[in-house]
Amino acid sequence: MNPIALSNLDLALAAGLVLVHAALSLALSLGLGKQLIIAVSRMVIQLALLGLVLQFLFETVSPWLTLLAAFVMIGFAGHEAVARIGRKFRGAWGHGIGTASVLVAAMLITTYTLATQVQPDPWYHPRYAIPLLGMVLGNTLTGVSLGLNTLTATASRERVAIEAQLALGATIWRAMRPTLREAMRSGLIPIINSMVATGLIAIPGMMTGQILAGASPETAIRYQLLVMFMIAGGTGIGVFAAVYAGTWRLTDARHRLRLDRLAQAQTD
Amino acid sequence: MTLRLRGLKARGLAPIDFELAAGECVAVMGPSGSGKSLLLRAIADLDPNEGAAALDNEDRTAMTAPEWRRRIGYLAPVPGWWADRVGAHFPDREGAEPLIEALGFEAAAFDWPVARLSTGEGQRLALARLLVGAPRVLLLDEPTGAVDEASRDAVEDLLKQRLSAGVPILLVTHDKNQARRLAKRALKIDKGVVREAAP
Repeated sequence: MNPIALSNLDLALAAGLVLVHAALSLALSLGLGKQLIIAVSRMVIQLALLGLVLQFLFETVSPWLTLLAAFVMIGFAGHEAVARIGRKFRGAWGHGIGTASVLVAAMLITTYTLATQVQPDPWYHPRYAIPLLGMVLGNTLTGVSLGLNTLTATASRERVAIEAQLALGATIWRAMRPTLREAMRSGLIPIINSMVATGLIAIPGMMTGQILAGASPETAIRYQLLVMFMIAGGTGIGVFAAVYAGTWRLTDARHRLRLDRLAQAQTD
Repeated sequence: MTLRLRGLKARGLAPIDFELAAGECVAVMGPSGSGKSLLLRAIADLDPNEGAAALDNEDRTAMTAPEWRRRIGYLAPVPGWWADRVGAHFPDREGAEPLIEALGFEAAAFDWPVARLSTGEGQRLALARLLVGAPRVLLLDEPTGAVDEASRDAVEDLLKQRLSAGVPILLVTHDKNQARRLAKRALKIDKGVVREAAP
């Protein structure tokens, strides 16, 4: 079955739905008009550019260009992973920890999946590598962001309790254990919830896209399962790496809690 | 057991040379924010600092920080709790029972939720928790800052027992009478600069 192609008129009709959103915003004086225009414009421009880039990558099938695209995606993901953290690590560490965590998780999982399960020819074919990397990155950065935010917020809030244990001779890893556990949990709960809801409450966008594009439901479900397993693995590795690296940076060799390495919380 | 500091300094604290002999109590006094707590935290190695600190000529760099802190008993002005019940903070309940009784509690206090403790009760229980580990030196930051008169006397009696046993005490206090009762020497701190004075 061939997918039903969408014309520009079809897209324009769908975009009309956003006008309903805009009308509601105006009627209720929500003050969201500007944000709505920016969001819609950004989405259209970003997707249009993505289409051009993907088209070019699929035609050239170059390992170096694919790697470059992957690094650009990882760079943006690393930035987004730490953008909304309340108390960021000072200096380059903030972006460093976020970017390194999503880099390790996404590259490991995507390479593993391409090499052992999907096995395209060549193995790095951008038609497979880029979408799979994107799916893993999107979810990993959410987990990393939540994990780091909980780590820094909990360590700041529990400073007195942590230092009370240190003063009694506990190691920093012992004193930080509840904080670390809370950070790991908050980073991993979204993907667990997502897996529980998939197929019952929500039909995933990727699976819907494949079915609309003509794939059989069985093929779409197999790909969806593959992607969910990848996302779960990637998020686990990313959150683990980010929370442990963050804890390492929040402490030092003399078993001290180093909250001075965090910037002040942003108030807005 | 003698505590020796040589050129100990930290952010907000000028370098200090100081000796605390066995069984000696030295009061640390000064206005709020002058650096009293910084001095104790630097000795306990809880904040980044420079200089030497040694117990009976055994330098702290010769041991791990947790080992140093087990020897140097530091009590913060605000007690910290990491479990819901008081008893969870006392792995050795039998050893702790005489201490909490000396501070006016019954053994039932082990079952209390931490959330119900008043500030003064928390301070006394935190002191008992520290003393169970039998540290060789005590660094106490306003241990009676929020306790009533009877409880303050109980705390001071316990501290005098420790002094008699040869444990030196560095005591941050705003109470000049308490300083006179317990200490023969005093350190005055102003804007991070420490100088010796009468208690």
